[in-house]
Amino acid sequence: MKALSKVYTAIIFLILYAPIAVMVLFSFNSSNSTGVFTGFSTYWYKELFNDPATLSALKNTLILAVLSSCIATLIGTVAAVGISKLKSKYTQNTITTVTNIPMMNPDIVTGISMMLLFVFVSTTLGMSQSLSFSTVLIAHITFNLPYVILSVTPKIRQMDKHLTEAAMDLGCTPFQAFCKVELPAIIPGIISGFIMAFTLSLDDFVISYFTTGNGFETLPIRIYSMTKKRVTPDMYALSTLIFIAVLVLLILSNIAQGDGNKKKARARK
Amino acid sequence: MKKLSLIFTLLICLLLCSCGEQRAKKVVNVYNWGEYISDGSEGSLDANAAFEEYYYETYGEKIDVIYTTYASNEDMYAKLKSGASGYDVVIPSDYMIARLIEEDMLEKIDFSNIPNYANISDDFRGLYYDPNDEYSIPYTYGMVGVIYNSTVVDESDTGKWDLMWNEKYSGRILQFNNSRDAFGTAMYKLGIDVNTTDVGEWRTALEELKKQQPVVQGYVMDEIFNKMESGEASVSAYYAGDYLCMIENNEDLAFYYPTDDEGNYATNLFVDAYCIPKGAANKELAEIYINYMLSEEPAIANAEYIYYASPNSAVYDSEVYIEDMGEEAMDILYPEGFNFHDNYNKMSYHNLDSDTLSLVNNLWEELKISSATGETVYILAVAIIVGLVAYAVFHALRKRKRAKYY
Repeated sequence: MKALSKVYTAIIFLILYAPIAVMVLFSFNSSNSTGVFTGFSTYWYKELFNDPATLSALKNTLILAVLSSCIATLIGTVAAVGISKLKSKYTQNTITTVTNIPMMNPDIVTGISMMLLFVFVSTTLGMSQSLSFSTVLIAHITFNLPYVILSVTPKIRQMDKHLTEAAMDLGCTPFQAFCKVELPAIIPGIISGFIMAFTLSLDDFVISYFTTGNGFETLPIRIYSMTKKRVTPDMYALSTLIFIAVLVLLILSNIAQGDGNKKKARARK
Repeated sequence: MKKLSLIFTLLICLLLCSCGEQRAKKVVNVYNWGEYISDGSEGSLDANAAFEEYYYETYGEKIDVIYTTYASNEDMYAKLKSGASGYDVVIPSDYMIARLIEEDMLEKIDFSNIPNYANISDDFRGLYYDPNDEYSIPYTYGMVGVIYNSTVVDESDTGKWDLMWNEKYSGRILQFNNSRDAFGTAMYKLGIDVNTTDVGEWRTALEELKKQQPVVQGYVMDEIFNKMESGEASVSAYYAGDYLCMIENNEDLAFYYPTDDEGNYATNLFVDAYCIPKGAANKELAEIYINYMLSEEPAIANAEYIYYASPNSAVYDSEVYIEDMGEEAMDILYPEGFNFHDNYNKMSYHNLDSDTLSLVNNLWEELKISSATGETVYILAVAIIVGLVAYAVFHALRKRKRAKYY
């Protein structure tokens, strides 16, 4: 049984990581073929850093992801706290459901409806250019919001409500009580919400495609539009670098978390 | 709290304003296919940067080329149609240009601003999609041919579309995964007009495709590159320019343009052309941009980068270009004695009316559904959904019952 479980794990990992391994391998190919490996070279990595269009797409994607996830985390946390303070259970449930709906909406519906909205608003206001960086940003914040709310809400539920009351009893203003008691308790939820929002925004294609204006091209849009000819291997090189960066970040954050847990455990003793 | 909301409003205002600021500088917004311009990779000319430099030297002002890309004509159309465009130059294919003109979505080009239009060969004047040459200037063109692996396929089997139906190569043949091109192969084979509106003729083509189905390995688009280069497949129809890319990675590949029984070419031709969308904010700059791209240096760089044939005499007559491409490539891209104008108007795809278009889509679905999965998948999906619903109802009922007792 134990051997079987090991084999099963191995197969799962193989399925998960084989595509990435192949991509990494072909990013070191010396020709532009994705079918034949002709020899080892770092040519495509050099190409990548000489390609201003790709680099600016990467920059755009990162700016968009950072900004949208930060703003969504801020608004989402405030919303989650606000929802939890509502007196009536019924309104609470209704609002939670309503905020969850965009999550289940297919991307294409969100994308097109957002585009229509932006075009409609800008034509009524008489603006010459309706889609731009700000519209993609708004769209990304919108689809990130429910995920942040979803990951913050359970942390608020887990928290002991009496702690806040105790803090106010001991002389804190409500705002101080929030900053000193509630916020530290829900910070893991906020961070996981932020990370989720960041990754979602990083690889979103459909919504960005419909809501972006001329001149603001994100990486997924750029890669997708390459399918007329073929995706060049410098994209594999870029994806490899992104994969490694994410891997390093994850390992670091796990180590940091591990340290934090140890400290907590020591403090408890 | 008031302060917070004030900061918020200010932030949002700032964001909204930021789009307004950009317009202070001169810009030209170009919307092109992905990988469809020389971008400076592999030591080539960065055509957009070169234009910015050229503009600065000629007019003494700085300009930004804002360059974005799309993957298909339909994607581009959706973006233009939404009214959100703000693009100054777009490069659609022929049938899409016809549609855009029909829907009054293109601006007439002022040819007095584009003296380099003289470089365009006379063969490319008065093509069906823009009969009076008012809206478009050709950028690239190409022809579909059959690519085959010469180590697998007998030389004697080549020459016609029949190769793609040949049972000898069963399981090694690739067909287009898009309705128009796939039907095209069958229609050219049978000698049917590809722009017919006759339901019966489309049905005949479908039957031909169904006959082909058992020998086809798969319906693919750009996966063709991989499959042909690695030798996984041996026969496929694709664009001549793309064949030239593939042969760099697999020398066994060979290519021909299929002919009909009388020996005339019977295959699809396409043209992609510069257009200016209606309401372009920088129409004059767009014309300067197009004019620059038609001049010798950038035009050659683009043609060498894209590998498709160029309608520009400054390119196909240039010794540098001919030498860079090599004799074989020149023979394939510019077949000798080929009258483009007549062949194009006779053989290329036109924009179909909506009834025919939906007919083609339905027939295509019919082909694909019978090929891929059959009905089992649908039955399975319905069964799973019914099961889930039944479980949910059962669960709810049990809960209510329990609530009654306790």
